[in-house]
Amino acid sequence: MFDVRALNVAYGQSQVLHGIDMSVKPGEIVAVVGRNGMGKSTLMKSLIGVIPSSGEIDVDGIDVSGMPSFARVKRGLAYVPQGRQIFGTMTVKENIETGLVVTGKSEIPDEIFSLFPILWEFEKRRGGNLSGGQQQQLAIARALASDPKILLLDEPTEGIQPSIIKELAVVLKQIRDMRNLTIVVCEQVLSFVLDVADRILVMENGRIVHSDKREQVDEAAIAAYLAV
Amino acid sequence: MFGYSFGELGSIFAMQAFSGLILFSVFLLMALGLAIIFGQMGVINMAHGEFMILGAYMTYLTSHIFQAYLPGLFSIYFFVAMVVAFIVSGAAGLAVEWILIRHLYRRPLDTLLATWGLSLMMQQAFRTIFGAREVGVELPQWMMGALPVTDVIEVQINGLFVMALTLLITGGVALLMFRSRWGLQVRAVVTNRVMSGAVGIDTRRIDRLTFGLGCGIAGIAGAAFTMIGSTGPTSGQLYIVDTFLVVVFGGAQSLIGTIASAFTISQSQSTLEFFLSGSMAKVLTLLVVIGLLMLRPQGLFVLKVRK
Repeated sequence: MFDVRALNVAYGQSQVLHGIDMSVKPGEIVAVVGRNGMGKSTLMKSLIGVIPSSGEIDVDGIDVSGMPSFARVKRGLAYVPQGRQIFGTMTVKENIETGLVVTGKSEIPDEIFSLFPILWEFEKRRGGNLSGGQQQQLAIARALASDPKILLLDEPTEGIQPSIIKELAVVLKQIRDMRNLTIVVCEQVLSFVLDVADRILVMENGRIVHSDKREQVDEAAIAAYLAV
Repeated sequence: MFGYSFGELGSIFAMQAFSGLILFSVFLLMALGLAIIFGQMGVINMAHGEFMILGAYMTYLTSHIFQAYLPGLFSIYFFVAMVVAFIVSGAAGLAVEWILIRHLYRRPLDTLLATWGLSLMMQQAFRTIFGAREVGVELPQWMMGALPVTDVIEVQINGLFVMALTLLITGGVALLMFRSRWGLQVRAVVTNRVMSGAVGIDTRRIDRLTFGLGCGIAGIAGAAFTMIGSTGPTSGQLYIVDTFLVVVFGGAQSLIGTIASAFTISQSQSTLEFFLSGSMAKVLTLLVVIGLLMLRPQGLFVLKVRK
């Protein structure tokens, strides 16, 4: 179970997140949607611990909010940031191996290469020389290597062509089913969100203002929130 | 040319090239530690030369202990001294990182000032403990003398030993950086510190170990330094500028760059010193390096990746 209670983030005098509450069940995919600047990436960064926050972040009943990010990864969180941020000068294999550090394993599980066969093919190529879609796969593979319980994805479709976005949706559902993984994904592409999410939260000005289950989703209302 | 025959010039170049190789070895051993600390962590460690001298003094102490208590094993004292130098300089580095450096990450000017202050404190400590005069170590019998290559060219055995040691340490560092789990983590932290933490790497622990290793290698450089010169409290200062030059010129994050840069600078300095004065050789070398850095500010070797 992944519980977030009264999460607040401020950049100096500017309050960006206002008491976010969120509860996600094991194996559930929750999408957080909203326009640019509404606080989605800040939410993701505060959950993984790369920016300071106040409030409670519980992973299986343990509050990780006071821990540095590497300790949160040990507790089961994994993060795929906006813009991928793979280690450009390191090979594909080495990138994935960085995710293995917390597990103590020395070999990359076969499952990762079966999900992303292109990474197997390019394992000796530098991460920085892959295409955007391949880098996104690499960033997800790196996160999965840490054997997480909860996967946080920040705008995974950014800069990726539509056919690859569809493949990404299939892979995410596949990963969820294989590992009973909890996934929280921030997105602006509604078609992708409707394809993958079990539940959709709308974020506006640092607050969750709307919540829908997939089967009862009010597409028009959500599209209105996303309209510029 | 220059009043020498071609044969004489050949011999001069060969001898200067060999003395350049010894200088290259010292530069490289010094620069390896600095390349790890400055290149990988971005910390400007002005006390790096003093960590080297700490290693040199440890070698001096070890040689005296062997002379006094284990004279039968004197011929192998240097190998023990190297280990002692690595452990003492590395442990001192770990302590300095914990007490001082970790509070100053991402504040390069403060780090520069703090480590400069540290270098002065270490120099004074050396002066108080070992005296202001330079000290030298006694070489074991097998390290003395020279091997004749031709009728006019001889190579010093201690110089050859320092070169072999440099090869060994450089290979070891390369293996550690590119074949070990620790090296993988160091390279990840260098590339993207925040993201490294977010994939599960304890960046603070890596910083501490990296600083310790860099200082430990400086200690080994100090041990090697005693084979070719005498050691004084301020000897480290003689090499620190050259060593920074080597790291910056080679490309701060490139091990190959550090090696190529140490080779180029030492060889040009050594060859020019024969034909010009030592100062003029240094001036010319600096001018060439500055000129090249204006054309390639990132240094000789930079990894290119798709943005």
